[in-house]
Amino acid sequence: MSDATDTPAPQGKDPDELPEVEDSDIEKAAQETPRGLPLRVQGLEKRFGGITAVDGVSFEVEEGSLTGLIGPNGAGKSTTFNCITGVHDADGGAVLFQGEDITGLKPYEIANRGLVRTFQIARELEEMTVLENMMLSPRGQRGEKLVNAVTPGLRDDVVAQETDLREEVWETLEFFEIDHLAEEYAGNLSGGQRKLLELARALMVDPDMLLLDEPFAGVNPSLEEKLLDRIHDLREQGYTFLLVEHDMDLIMENCERVIVMHQGKLLAEGSPEDIKNNEQVIEAYLGEDV
Amino acid sequence: MSVAQRAWGAVPDSVKESDRQLIAGVLLFTYLLYILAQTFLAIANNAAILPAVANSLQNITFLIAVYAIMALALNLHWGYTGLFNIGIAGFMAVGVYSMSILAAPATGSPPGLGLPIPVAVVGAVAITALVGGIAALPALQLDADYLAIVTVGFSEIIRLVLNASYFAGTVQDPEASGYNVVDIFGIQFGTGGGQGINTPTSSPADFLYSTTSLGDLLYGPSGDPNALGSAVYAAAESVGVNSSVVNGATYSFFLLLVVVTLYYVLLVRIGNSPFGRVLKAIREDELVAQSLGKDTRWFKVKVFMVGCALMGLGGILWQGSFGFVNPNTFRPIVTFYIFTALIVGGAGSNTGSVIGGAVFAAFLFEGPRQLARIVEVLVTSVFGSLPSPTTFYAAVVSLNPLAWLGYTIDNVSTLKFVFLGAVLVYLMQNRSDGLLGHRKEIAASIDLSDRTPRKRESAAADGGESDE
Repeated sequence: MSDATDTPAPQGKDPDELPEVEDSDIEKAAQETPRGLPLRVQGLEKRFGGITAVDGVSFEVEEGSLTGLIGPNGAGKSTTFNCITGVHDADGGAVLFQGEDITGLKPYEIANRGLVRTFQIARELEEMTVLENMMLSPRGQRGEKLVNAVTPGLRDDVVAQETDLREEVWETLEFFEIDHLAEEYAGNLSGGQRKLLELARALMVDPDMLLLDEPFAGVNPSLEEKLLDRIHDLREQGYTFLLVEHDMDLIMENCERVIVMHQGKLLAEGSPEDIKNNEQVIEAYLGEDV
Repeated sequence: MSVAQRAWGAVPDSVKESDRQLIAGVLLFTYLLYILAQTFLAIANNAAILPAVANSLQNITFLIAVYAIMALALNLHWGYTGLFNIGIAGFMAVGVYSMSILAAPATGSPPGLGLPIPVAVVGAVAITALVGGIAALPALQLDADYLAIVTVGFSEIIRLVLNASYFAGTVQDPEASGYNVVDIFGIQFGTGGGQGINTPTSSPADFLYSTTSLGDLLYGPSGDPNALGSAVYAAAESVGVNSSVVNGATYSFFLLLVVVTLYYVLLVRIGNSPFGRVLKAIREDELVAQSLGKDTRWFKVKVFMVGCALMGLGGILWQGSFGFVNPNTFRPIVTFYIFTALIVGGAGSNTGSVIGGAVFAAFLFEGPRQLARIVEVLVTSVFGSLPSPTTFYAAVVSLNPLAWLGYTIDNVSTLKFVFLGAVLVYLMQNRSDGLLGHRKEIAASIDLSDRTPRKRESAAADGGESDE
């Protein structure tokens, strides 16, 4: 499982897993994707009945960057997220992660390639403790095989691995300053604490890139600051972030690249300065001061 | 409830914390009550005390054991993974019938495959797992409520197929009009249809007390006691306990002490592991588990098959131990009994499953009957014989409280369903977690809160021990 984090050659992929896009296009896109662009979205389309939620969106995320995806309500940000992470099947276009086509893969396959998401409304596993939530994430756990979990001799390896993971979990909890909640049920946490836990839990998957869906929604200012500090710390460690956010100021202050969506289409892409001065963006937000 | 709460409060915390002590305590309490009740009844009826108590204990032990076994198996599906399987009776039927058909002699009516009994049991468990897997593949794609409908439908289909005369195997002359032997590539067998089918043994304890050769072990003992059997029967006889009670008690305690323990250990191991953690995550929020890289569908298929195998084996040890079953044994009510046992004990807790099985069997299932017997003895000793009206109407219009009581006692086995329903409603409203569902049973093979000191410099000062 752990070798899923490496980047296998695209031609080594099982042809059955490929989505219904022209093979030559994927090949081309894969070759064109520079190493510095872990995530590349090409002409993504998603329709619900007659409504086109995402209409030919293309963008790239640079390695090690903190990229913000903004847009008014109904712009298709969350749908884009869901298409990237396999929750929805895209109706068209392609998603490339580290030069590999991941369009149409199942959510767990995408997570196992190192692209991990959080949810807009924090989805904690409520009747599991914070520790259990955290221990769930790591990839390649031997004890996830039933035989290893129950067979006396094999279980020793499981115990050893879990002991190592436990240390990592406690360190991560300390990093997020929620170690005092470790034995609490996740359902008893406050909204902000849940957001911290969700990010911590996603981190335990050992991802290369994190997709955060409105990580600051419903978080009080002091926790928001803490969460932002952590995101900046992690970025310095080399993680790549793409985050969807409503709060314009927050995005403008913290992200070095901003992608703006409007009515399912990509409206603008560039540095916060460019976006602030972009006429179309200002119009989309109906004269809102950006 | 206040009395019960006070009693619960009087139990030392150390007992409440230790699962083994808690289970032992509940069993001890149950046995004590039953011994007292049976002693009282024996004295009142001028019967010998010891045989009556022994018989009652072996009976209640059997019920406790089988409900604990089934509740544990269901806990894996429903308590841990949130799979709302209400087809338990069907999977039990698959287990019992598979074993019976595999073990029945080829010359019997209905004919079978004539395999040795141990092979038949293992084969039947494998078949149940396979049938569970086949049922799971389409059903597990569905949401919880649809899974429930599919499984209960599946269970009824199995029962009705077993009931059908087409596969009964009772008319073995191929020329006869009602020929109904199932013939697959020359292998002939039948289900017995509505008449039911013989299971290999009606007295499983014979394997211990009557086995004298390997053949006995493979194809069922003849019934003549071996040296151990003779000694035990003689010892029991000397205190007035007959051999059938000895056999029953032996098998019941084997189920309770060996089988329940094995199920418990297996399920605790499954639950307290990374595998169990994924199961819990599926129960809580399947999409989250997927987003963290878990192939949840494969986990669900696996756990469904394992649970079904445990249900099949439970069915074999329970319904397969009487020497005979028919399809009516596997009505959906059996499924609901098992659900009640698990709800009482607390879904999600393996210890709770065992305790739920014990409490359900001793106090909800068997309790009302015993209570009615005691009340009857007490009341008749005061008022003489009780009137026993034949209908509810006759009882009500008589305006005689003794007639009401008499009617209640006469019909207690039916009225216990009302009692069961009332208990369930009370539990749902006041204690929906059951007796132990509120407890944290952490899904990990190690104590997660015990922080290893290896990477922490302050650990030496804390006095923590190294785990390597």
